[in-house]
Amino acid sequence: MTEFLMPSLGADMEDGTLVEWRKKSGDTVKRGDIIAEVETQKGLIEIEVFDEGVIEKLLIKEGEKVPVGTPMALINPDGAEAEAKKETASMKKEVKLQPIEEKAEQKVMEKSTKEIRIRATPIAKKIAQDKGIDLSQVTGTGENGAITKDDVENVIVQKGEISKTEKGEKPVDNLVEVEPEKTEAQPFEAELYKMEKQPVEVKKERALTPAEAIRSAVAAAMSKSNREIPHYYLEKRVDMSKAMAWIKETNRERPIQKRLLPAALFIKAVASSLDEVSELNAIWENGLQLKNEINIGFVVSLRTGGIIVPVILQADSKSVGEIMEVLNDLIPRARALKLRSSELSDSTITITNIGEGSADKVFGVIYPPQVAIIGFGNITEQAFAENGMLGIRPVVDVTLAGDHRATDGITGSRFLGSLNKYLQNPESL
Amino acid sequence: MNEEEIKNIIFQLLKKIAPDTEPSALQPDENIREVLNIDSFDSLQFIVSLNEKLGIEIPEEDYGKISTLKSLINYLLAKLKSQLS
Repeated sequence: MTEFLMPSLGADMEDGTLVEWRKKSGDTVKRGDIIAEVETQKGLIEIEVFDEGVIEKLLIKEGEKVPVGTPMALINPDGAEAEAKKETASMKKEVKLQPIEEKAEQKVMEKSTKEIRIRATPIAKKIAQDKGIDLSQVTGTGENGAITKDDVENVIVQKGEISKTEKGEKPVDNLVEVEPEKTEAQPFEAELYKMEKQPVEVKKERALTPAEAIRSAVAAAMSKSNREIPHYYLEKRVDMSKAMAWIKETNRERPIQKRLLPAALFIKAVASSLDEVSELNAIWENGLQLKNEINIGFVVSLRTGGIIVPVILQADSKSVGEIMEVLNDLIPRARALKLRSSELSDSTITITNIGEGSADKVFGVIYPPQVAIIGFGNITEQAFAENGMLGIRPVVDVTLAGDHRATDGITGSRFLGSLNKYLQNPESL
Repeated sequence: MNEEEIKNIIFQLLKKIAPDTEPSALQPDENIREVLNIDSFDSLQFIVSLNEKLGIEIPEEDYGKISTLKSLINYLLAKLKSQLS
């Protein structure tokens, strides 16, 4: 029997709320099928299944919020009769962690400290116990997300401020929640309904808006990066004359719908360079782990603020045109917060492309547990000297931020050299 | 198709791309992309949707000629006219 677990869609994801099962008990599933929709900080995500078989049992109810790694369903690979009743029963207990109906909140607060394993420093635990703070509702900023003394004290401060305005009636968990608590597929309608009914209560009761949820997901991931990853930075000016001429030439032959943007060429050039400098296509988890597949995360900024990083899977085996097609599909869905689980996880490196008409250079913050981020600035006309001649050329400043635990400047430098080589020979990509 | 109709189509398409903005508040000489904060990807989507709606193909080398509302409308009017003749 295979367990289907709540997937992790990035280092910053702690839990997710099951909104809808797309399959039911007895259904046959194959790799890549959408099994469920889960509400996360990064929107409503379609979760794909990676096993084949028959769904034996759905363990989680719609509306339940469970931590990453919680078994959500049992899948029988042979489609044979279930025999593991005992197994199922014990799992059921384990996953019933956080019923999220509002009435149940108080109870959860009391019980959850026992039910969920919480990483916290001893002093943090002590203070929390003394002050009656529920650690399961505190976001840890210490190592591996452990809750520190500061985290608990922050909550106490917040709680104090809230009590002043709210007569201390409500639990403070909404303030420190990083995840919007949503019990329905139409959270906004639910919100509206609530607003009409209890206009005064809205502020303290409301869940995070999607923009706020994204903001806090970015905050968590970037804080972790800055806390744990010693970054080193490199920069290279790249002459884009040949690349831009190649794009122009190619686009002339393409229908409008298939026109290329420089971003597609950048992604392909990064993928090809990673084939040569594979140390940067890796994650750092108890040491450097090189990855075989080159899955490139591409930063998409949201109009309401915040960013989301969908992934271009196996970018090295795709042509520039195919990468552009992927972008045409991914970017609008990323902006609408409608991505699939495989499009948010598994990236092995990130590209941030600050784009046309904006800043000249961008120095990225590595998305953990990755070990590098490549930044492309604005392509501008600059004075560029080569072979004793000075000319005006389109130039892009490419930066690399590397994890110095994993690699050294020399590795990053080799990578940028390779990237430059590919951008000087775009037809080879 | 007259100027007013083209303008409305432009506003409609821009609103789809930048729903948080008010395209109809654009001044004739303002840079559309800068004012509405449209990146190169959305800019391409806009050009694709103009093509789908009006049947006008805007080549890459003409991107510089359509940066403001006024220039874009004039460009489209000229193109429509030449298509008719």
